Amino acid sequence: MADVQPSPAPAKRWALPFNIRVEPRLTEPPRWYPLFTSFLAVVIALIIGGVIIAFVGGNPFASYAHIARASLGSVGVFSDTLVKATPLILVSLAASVAFRMKLWNIGAEGQFFLGAFGASAVVLIPLLPETASRWLFIPLCMLAGILMGALWGFIPGFLKAKYNVNEIISSLMMNYIAVQWNNYFIYAIWTEGGFQMSKVFTKNAWLPRLTDLSASIPWLRGLTVHLGFIFAVIAAVLVWYILFRSRWGYEIRLIGDNPQAARYAGINITRNIILVMMLSGGLAGLAGMSEITGVVHRLQGAISPGFGFTGIIIAWLSKLNPLVVVPVSILFGALILAGREIQPSGIPKMIQGIILVCLIASDFLLRYRVVIAKRGEEA
Amino acid sequence: MESETQSPLVVEMRGIVKRFPGVLANDHVDFDLRKGEIHALLGENGAGKSTLMNVLAGLYHQDAGSVLINGQLVSLSSPRDAIKHGVGMIHQHFMLVPSQTVTENILLGLDEPRFLLRLSEYDRKVEELGEHYGLKVDPRAKIWQLSVGEQQRVEILKMLYRGAQVLIMDEPTAVLAPQEIDGLFHTLRSMVASGKSIIFISHKLQEVMAIADRVSVLRKGKVTAAGIKKADITRQDLAKMMVGRDVLFKVDKKVQEPGKVVLSVENLQAENDKGLPALRGVSFQVRTGEVVGLAGVAGNGQGELSQVITGLRSSTGGKISLDGEDVTNRPALSAIRHGVSYVPEDRTHVGTAPNLDITDNVIMKKYRQPPISRGWTLDSAEAVRYANELKESYEIVVPSVKTSVRLLSGGNLQRVILAREISGQPSLMVAVQPTRGLDVGAIEGVHRLLMAQREAGAAILLISEELEELLSLSDRILVIYEGRIMGEIVGNAEDQATIDAIGLMMTGTPFEKIGKGTE
Repeated sequence: MADVQPSPAPAKRWALPFNIRVEPRLTEPPRWYPLFTSFLAVVIALIIGGVIIAFVGGNPFASYAHIARASLGSVGVFSDTLVKATPLILVSLAASVAFRMKLWNIGAEGQFFLGAFGASAVVLIPLLPETASRWLFIPLCMLAGILMGALWGFIPGFLKAKYNVNEIISSLMMNYIAVQWNNYFIYAIWTEGGFQMSKVFTKNAWLPRLTDLSASIPWLRGLTVHLGFIFAVIAAVLVWYILFRSRWGYEIRLIGDNPQAARYAGINITRNIILVMMLSGGLAGLAGMSEITGVVHRLQGAISPGFGFTGIIIAWLSKLNPLVVVPVSILFGALILAGREIQPSGIPKMIQGIILVCLIASDFLLRYRVVIAKRGEEA
Repeated sequence: MESETQSPLVVEMRGIVKRFPGVLANDHVDFDLRKGEIHALLGENGAGKSTLMNVLAGLYHQDAGSVLINGQLVSLSSPRDAIKHGVGMIHQHFMLVPSQTVTENILLGLDEPRFLLRLSEYDRKVEELGEHYGLKVDPRAKIWQLSVGEQQRVEILKMLYRGAQVLIMDEPTAVLAPQEIDGLFHTLRSMVASGKSIIFISHKLQEVMAIADRVSVLRKGKVTAAGIKKADITRQDLAKMMVGRDVLFKVDKKVQEPGKVVLSVENLQAENDKGLPALRGVSFQVRTGEVVGLAGVAGNGQGELSQVITGLRSSTGGKISLDGEDVTNRPALSAIRHGVSYVPEDRTHVGTAPNLDITDNVIMKKYRQPPISRGWTLDSAEAVRYANELKESYEIVVPSVKTSVRLLSGGNLQRVILAREISGQPSLMVAVQPTRGLDVGAIEGVHRLLMAQREAGAAILLISEELEELLSLSDRILVIYEGRIMGEIVGNAEDQATIDAIGLMMTGTPFEKIGKGTE
């Protein structure tokens, strides 16, 4: 093989002392790697955001410091952050469960409204007398909220399972119905003195807050974080357990990855579509219940600044992992809260957007390897 | 033969190196082709045959080494470049537009005609070209109306029309029935007679011995035999060079009497995905301890039959019984509960969940029963233990059972599926093309596993397009054609008459008529 001629090198327009190649990964990256790339993506996003803030004449360091102070700077504001995070966690879990099965439930917003309606109905119909104990009110409100949310998930789920109706369209449309359904009740049935809102719920129907304990523990005064946050964390653990440690969760993951293989394994896909849409709707309904009885304390319009849609983003950022949903939701809660401090819209939305783009881009590193080799070494 | 050694070299490939992530596909490979010869390139799957030829066809660019065509150094950066130099490749999977006519497909992508398309003129040209090389095909026919053999002829015509002097055929016989293979060989011979040169890629020894003038063998990216004349080598030698050790052509098959009937299919009818009849009244039985082979050219209802038996497709008529119990149109779960295991043809799309790990993939049919199931939860430690056990006993080569199956090679993927399906100790096993795409070593392993199942008393329905595989493994062979059973061959007579009979049945001649014809 002595007479082998070197192959003619392809013409190079520019030459670096090293070559950069991108290769598909043939082995699994280590476990810490996804966390690392996500962290890197957030850092890069903040740098890009900083550059833009500087470009429009702001001081990026001061802005970021302000955001941090306004959302995490004291126990008081951190408690507010958790209040914002609570519904986000629950709707993100709703999205995660459905997306795991590649069911594109984008109706969490509507399911949230119906959950709020269900909880309100317990108080306003009223199903329980005003004097009933809070330990009767809370479970009954929860049950009503979850059931109404699950019903709102059942409808697109049933249509999908039986008639193959696209769940993206049907669940999206159900959102508008849900909002108008609520509007009907606050305009016509439960209107309080002509305003488009119901009367304030009886205290017994409120979810307990930390501030309620301030009579005995004074430093808890003003902390608005409520029992709903605990529900959300428990729900996250429960959903994780269902997905990764239960038979049902195994079926959900199998259908999500390859429905044909799931059919082959003897799994009833039709039934699972309906059940998962109901679980997803129930979680979003619980979010609505928790928000209405923990924060708003009355049924009114505009109870959600688009929680259901932010939940979709958070679910993706968390890679549909229920346990990761909790910290990511808190981060988003902080951004929403602090965002209002520095600018009503604009910069905070922009930072959210940049983080999202960077995180999605960072997925590339999980699938591909970037190889940097000195020139001449690779042949 | 002497004149051939003097005929000029049309292709010379020297020291070709092609690297893929983690794989050295071609390691300093030399290859040459003389004018007017058929040079077979032999090797197992993954030996680097296709890679080498893709370099010659301009699809890949080599990392090192040089390509000379007609003695001239060339740099090929696209198939268009290659065809300009007279090199055309006919791929295993045809690249034709089904809704267009033969002529339209042949003209596709050419600079001529420029704007106005006078099809009739080109129809005539195509017809003339076809007649010249004995490639008869109606230029006005739409591709979807043609048989696979005819479609292949269109692919060849496409290359000839573009002026190809060198034709690379990538496993051209894989999709053909025996009679069609004869036709193809005839065409190939007439093409070399008129001065074309052909590279014939294959991993089937008997075909190589039948058609090639010279043979080169690749193994693990290296040349183990370079341009040896066919007369100078035996089939056994070639096999040895291909796999690096002696291959057992005979499978150890113990003589045993089949027992009671496990699967009974009566007058079964079913439709394919397009709603057209795929099974038109199929009846047969499979007993414990016997292998029933189902031969047929792809797409004659084999896939649908396996799906109906395993409950993945509903039948439109007829009856299926398992162990005497009527299970017609029961869900897939019912078949699983009856101990039916299924090795599907489409491993990635049906047999596995690619993004889940090996553990999740092997418990697919076990997660409902203890010890992996504990009520409504799963015992993940037990699942991992079970996966590791299968990994050991079925020699699945992976760093850990937490590896996603999408990262596995074809052989390992098939072992994962077989491990899962066999470890359930099935009463009936439906195996569709269980060795497709595997190399000789892996094929042997699969055959041994199937034989062990037979000895363990499983009833096995083996659906395959490899006649040799069916002949060596089956106790009986049924032949299916257009959704009907054409006939049955009992015993494992491997004489030419049997093979001819199967070939005739595969192309639509019922068994009874063969008898009358030959006698």
